[in-house]
Amino acid sequence: MAAINPVERRYRLVYKPLLFLACLVPLAWVVGGVLGLPVPSLGADPVRKVLGILAHSALNLLLITLSVTPLRQLTGNAQLLKVRRMLGLFAFSYALLHFLTYIGPFQGFSWAAIVKDLVKRPYITIGFAALVLLVPLAVTSTNAMMRRLKRRWQSLHRLIYVIAILGVWHYWWQVKKDIREPLIYVVLLSLLLGWRLWRRQRSATSRSAAPKAPGTA
Amino acid sequence: MPRLKLPGIRPSEITAERFFHMRRDVLAAALGLAASSVLPGRASTATTTAAALRYTRNPRFSVTEKANTFEEITGYNNFYEFGLDKGDPAENASTLRTKPWSVTIAGEAAVTGTFTIEDILKPHPLEERIYRHRCVEAWSMVIPWVGFPLADLLARFKPSSRARFVEFTTLLDPKQMPGQRRAVLDWPYVEALRIDEAMHPLALMVVGVYGRELPNQNGAPLRVHLPWKYGFKSAKSIVKIRFSEKQPANTWALSAPSEYGFYANVNPKVDHPRWTQATERHIGDGFLAGRRETLMFNGYADQVASLYQGMDLRRNF
Repeated sequence: MAAINPVERRYRLVYKPLLFLACLVPLAWVVGGVLGLPVPSLGADPVRKVLGILAHSALNLLLITLSVTPLRQLTGNAQLLKVRRMLGLFAFSYALLHFLTYIGPFQGFSWAAIVKDLVKRPYITIGFAALVLLVPLAVTSTNAMMRRLKRRWQSLHRLIYVIAILGVWHYWWQVKKDIREPLIYVVLLSLLLGWRLWRRQRSATSRSAAPKAPGTA
Repeated sequence: MPRLKLPGIRPSEITAERFFHMRRDVLAAALGLAASSVLPGRASTATTTAAALRYTRNPRFSVTEKANTFEEITGYNNFYEFGLDKGDPAENASTLRTKPWSVTIAGEAAVTGTFTIEDILKPHPLEERIYRHRCVEAWSMVIPWVGFPLADLLARFKPSSRARFVEFTTLLDPKQMPGQRRAVLDWPYVEALRIDEAMHPLALMVVGVYGRELPNQNGAPLRVHLPWKYGFKSAKSIVKIRFSEKQPANTWALSAPSEYGFYANVNPKVDHPRWTQATERHIGDGFLAGRRETLMFNGYADQVASLYQGMDLRRNF
């Protein structure tokens, strides 16, 4: 194995494990709250609270995952890419746990009611669609899959843009009155997607003059 | 009035012993403390700081289900005047000043004008009624209110024959109610009932919970509770009662007419556009308890169904 430089080493042995632990904090809160451990209380309606914690964690991690590439482009720090997969998998895990909480504690495994929700209530349909679309991304997140799919891997993983839009929309649609918080997500997501469009536009206009830049995601 | 018979009561829901003793304690405290006694401190969440009330229990109008805890009832509230999260009212309602308080009576009645809360409450003996509470958001609680029949209060104002509706208005004061600084709803909050609904013996004027004065976050000092309707029909912190001939517009129906109607009777057969009303999650049931069936008129069908005979409840939701 080739020698690892100290910068890369610090990322792998310090920053990435710390980030891993940080990503586990919401899960620890939920598990601790349900088990009655001394964590901040889940309140009078723990089911709704847990749904919210898991949903916010999934959306936050999705946006953080989407900010890795712009941050790398802005800072020139290629090490950032090393945590992107982990962040994405955490986003998927929280989305899945959010869905399982909806199925079990929230709906009480009433399949008729769940199917009715999926068919009749558009905000639930789009939330579910976002989760389903995350599955192929999680499955193809391994190094082996990256190698196997080659160029198609990147095309497939562009689905993350659609997923993020569906996820934020899912949130926006069910809020009763206060759209402030979903609006923050809309603004952040617009910035993250807008950045990419702007980069694309710029590289397209400069392409005639300069040779093609190495792959930008 | 026949004794209330409510279906769906499980043995586990019968009042636990600690609640039984709690009621005894409250009664004992009531004997020693006049209703008007003001204890130091703020009547927010702690049982010990709110003044104890003198009241009798009314088992005829009470369900035998286990009541939710004081913490649940006073810590999980929809009261947008103090914020949109369920925990916001308990956190923010301390800015509400309930003394002095006055209520204006207006409209189609012989007796109108502005009355102090003391004048409003004076003639009415208080009773405890354990009511089911069902929120339009499909969660529910069981609450031991202290109050008196709304009909007894309304009758004192001698409504005229043109008084077909009664409208309740909540306090408008963004200084005391910080949630009103944002236009999430068209303030002040207004709710209304048909006069026969308001005169129904189940309609309760509420001044307390668990034997003590109502905490601010529950709608102090004066709120109604209509146990067969979704919670938003029960106006809180009332400053005005108006009798009218025309059906008043109510705040939530104005805000989202496709989702909230004038009647808002609990009805498991008529879904909210975005969720089912056939079942509900009962606060306090625990994380894995699942849902309960929602009952027609929240279990009060025997008492109130006749009010809506011949009406299309799907259209008048």
